[in-house]
Amino acid sequence: MSSHALATGDLLVILRHAPHGSSWLREGLDAALVAAAFGQSVTLLFQSDGVLALARGQQAGPLGQKSTAPTLDMLAMYDIESLFFVEDALASFGLTQQDLQLPASGIPVTAIPELLAGHKQILTF
Amino acid sequence: MRYALLVQGAPYSSQASHSALRFASALLARGHRLECVFFYHEGVYNAARLAAPPQDEPHLHDAWCALNAEHGTQLQVCIAAALRRGMLDEREASRHGKHGHSVEPPFELTGLGQLIDLGQSVDRLVTFAP
Repeated sequence: MSSHALATGDLLVILRHAPHGSSWLREGLDAALVAAAFGQSVTLLFQSDGVLALARGQQAGPLGQKSTAPTLDMLAMYDIESLFFVEDALASFGLTQQDLQLPASGIPVTAIPELLAGHKQILTF
Repeated sequence: MRYALLVQGAPYSSQASHSALRFASALLARGHRLECVFFYHEGVYNAARLAAPPQDEPHLHDAWCALNAEHGTQLQVCIAAALRRGMLDEREASRHGKHGHSVEPPFELTGLGQLIDLGQSVDRLVTFAP
């Protein structure tokens, strides 16, 4: 396990869906931004297909859905800087940390309970 | 205990609404209080006032309204998730120049901030999602 201390905070938002295929990611990020705007300390966990949201170079695409990449860029402005992804999930897509749009910390699946326990509230999308 | 529910599944498409309603009646039967049900994502369709399911199926919209009438449970619908899916109350319909409306009291369109507030103000916020 990596040496960094896992985050604690008011709200943990778990994102489990890839961009574009559904609106889960977008609406989950919206919830995170609103919570941050209300002064809560927010942590994001990208899990399973959700890790694809972090991949660099995403655009709206030919189908015309709104891209989530600009929303991810806004996270820092809302002081949401505690970002985690599940290492195995990222590796399962053949991606490495160098492929990510934002600085996020990889955690093993076994560290998820600690992350859950460190937050007062959890919303899953 | 004071509870709130977050419902994110569309009625008749997923089990979320059915399970949430069962959970609601169970907690009320135990003497707990259900402050609010918040509808987000595709859960906003639960507020469709024109829902007309076959008679041999549970009427989910009416079941939510009964929760409000009998227990004072607030029924709040995320306005951003609702508007883009065509779920408009009378005020929003007129603001957007639409004929007719699809949401009416006791459901109320409200901001996502209400969900965040709920999370802080109740003892338990339980999510029902597909």
